[in-house]
Amino acid sequence: MNFRDILQTASSNMLRSKVRTLLTIIAIVIGAMTITLTNGIGTGIKTYLNQQIGNLGASNILLVTLTTKAASPTNGPVKYAYNPNVTVSSGGLGKEQLLMNLEDIAKIKSIHNITSVVPAHSLSPDYIQGTGSKYQLTLEQQFGNATSDMVVGSGVNNNSTQNQISIPESYVSVLGYSSNKSIIGKTVTIGVTNPRNIHFNVIATVTGVQQKNLIGESTSFANTTLANNIYHIRTTGIPKTLTNTFLTAYATFPKNLTTNQINKIKSQLTAKGFTGMTIKDEESTLFSVISAIIIVFDIFGIIALLAASFGIINTLFMSVQERTKEIGLMKALGMSPHRIFALFSIEAILIGFWGSLLGVVFAFLIGSSVNAIGKHSFLKAFPGLSLLTFPLNTIVSVIVGIMIIAFLAGALPALRASRKDPIEALRYE
Amino acid sequence: MAKLLDKPQVVGTKNVTKIYGKGEVAFTALNDINISIISGESVAILGKSGSGKSTLMHMLALLDSPTKGIVFVGDQDTSKLTNRQIESLRNKSYGFVFQQFFLNSNDTVLNNVVLPLKIAKVGRKERREKGMKSLKTVELVDKANTKAVNLSGGQKQRVCIARALINNPSIIFADEPTGNLDSHTGKIVEDLLFKLNKEHDITLIIVTHDKDIAARCQRQMHILDGKLIDGDKNI
Repeated sequence: MNFRDILQTASSNMLRSKVRTLLTIIAIVIGAMTITLTNGIGTGIKTYLNQQIGNLGASNILLVTLTTKAASPTNGPVKYAYNPNVTVSSGGLGKEQLLMNLEDIAKIKSIHNITSVVPAHSLSPDYIQGTGSKYQLTLEQQFGNATSDMVVGSGVNNNSTQNQISIPESYVSVLGYSSNKSIIGKTVTIGVTNPRNIHFNVIATVTGVQQKNLIGESTSFANTTLANNIYHIRTTGIPKTLTNTFLTAYATFPKNLTTNQINKIKSQLTAKGFTGMTIKDEESTLFSVISAIIIVFDIFGIIALLAASFGIINTLFMSVQERTKEIGLMKALGMSPHRIFALFSIEAILIGFWGSLLGVVFAFLIGSSVNAIGKHSFLKAFPGLSLLTFPLNTIVSVIVGIMIIAFLAGALPALRASRKDPIEALRYE
Repeated sequence: MAKLLDKPQVVGTKNVTKIYGKGEVAFTALNDINISIISGESVAILGKSGSGKSTLMHMLALLDSPTKGIVFVGDQDTSKLTNRQIESLRNKSYGFVFQQFFLNSNDTVLNNVVLPLKIAKVGRKERREKGMKSLKTVELVDKANTKAVNLSGGQKQRVCIARALINNPSIIFADEPTGNLDSHTGKIVEDLLFKLNKEHDITLIIVTHDKDIAARCQRQMHILDGKLIDGDKNI
């Protein structure tokens, strides 16, 4: 028998006892569906978080702060030593956060593979105004390439000499525009007051409307030009020691660095008294928790599949028993044992294939309806979140995995079939 | 007889003994059998049930191997053949007709007939052509697409003969071919087998305890308690 004939024969054998096959398949469907759904949720949440975190900055940026030597229960208070270059700011959680200065920037810059270091200035504008009233504004400088999801338009361009700003969706109407689209390319006025209490108006062009975002929901982003202009106004006339201090700096490294190279940068930063974190670092802690939860759910799916594989074994044993004479005849007519084995194995694999395919289809249907319903109800607060995401490689690996399990389950009955003695099988008492 | 002696041997045995089990429970099913069957011959193997006649047929059909002795196909010692060669021999050179038909009742007549070709990996078109030709020989062309379950006993046995014929075998082994049929349909099947023997020069080896069929064969071999008591006159 060639492969096509074996496949066809196995297929028709599978359908010979329809109810039995169906029940076996249902067991597999349940397992396949569970695994696909749990993985779908995992992927959905991870993709969403990835987007959200991606919105905070590019992946080739290190967030650098001075390592705090704060009083801790183990070390006790730290002795004060005067350092004219160090400025202290009150951080959260009772910690004193040391402020960086230009010397620190130079130190960071000297590390191999760091291409640029930009201090994160506090911009603190007074308001933003479109065609109507003034509104409060939280403005941050966009570092690296803008990675925020834009509803319309694009992120700000740091290479542009134009003042550019991207705004959250909620600002569109208060700035006096009826639709997201109509604000793109229009200018807005940003009010800034300098230390001498002189008011300035900075004009910026809106390049994009950001999608509502889990983290930093109401933050607008300025390009380098706009940020520098605002910062210039904000610091004109105050002493130099105060102007050039900042909590954090953004250090950029080449995108093609390996993890090892990045780790090397980090250890060098540590040696110089800094702490460097990439976006990925923050992400990975979160992801490992999600993965652990998904694995627990997957175990339930695997238990279901284990039960299903016994179903396959049972079904095929019955099938071999019923077809003893047929197997005997095929062997008498010259079919080799390994082809008999293939015939029954493929029947098992087919049961696995149809079961997993149906399971995946059901999971997909459930996922799509949950996503569709959730969009208007319980997931309303998380725009852009598809709770269930099914990437093709997950689906393919679920199906292939189950086909392998089915093959293993079918191996024993198939082996028994292949070892049937044709004389015994064809005896008629 | 002279005419037969000119022709070569198709199958034969030399000192074939088959023992089932070991020690005290050992049972000798065949005891030192020496036979030679000539191409185109029709041979009946007769004996009571349990005499060893079926075992002898299984040996000749290469479905079983002897404990001692040699089974020949032509002049070839079959113990020297690989499993694959033996499977190929059974597939291409032998045809089998069983008392209980062994048809796949849910499949069509044509599909049942072409099973040996399917096993031999013959293409669909050729299978169909040869299948129809074979069905023509047993006069069942009109039943080609009928399910085997809907046939009468005589028709079923003719389908089996068509299946046995499909590879143009040199030997047909028939194990009680009329055992499940009434005398009228049995006669039709019987005639068909002897017609094939005469017209197509196919060697016919029939295991039976029907004296009438045995009488139509050129040679009768009587087996009693695993021993050949006559019919080995060609040795």
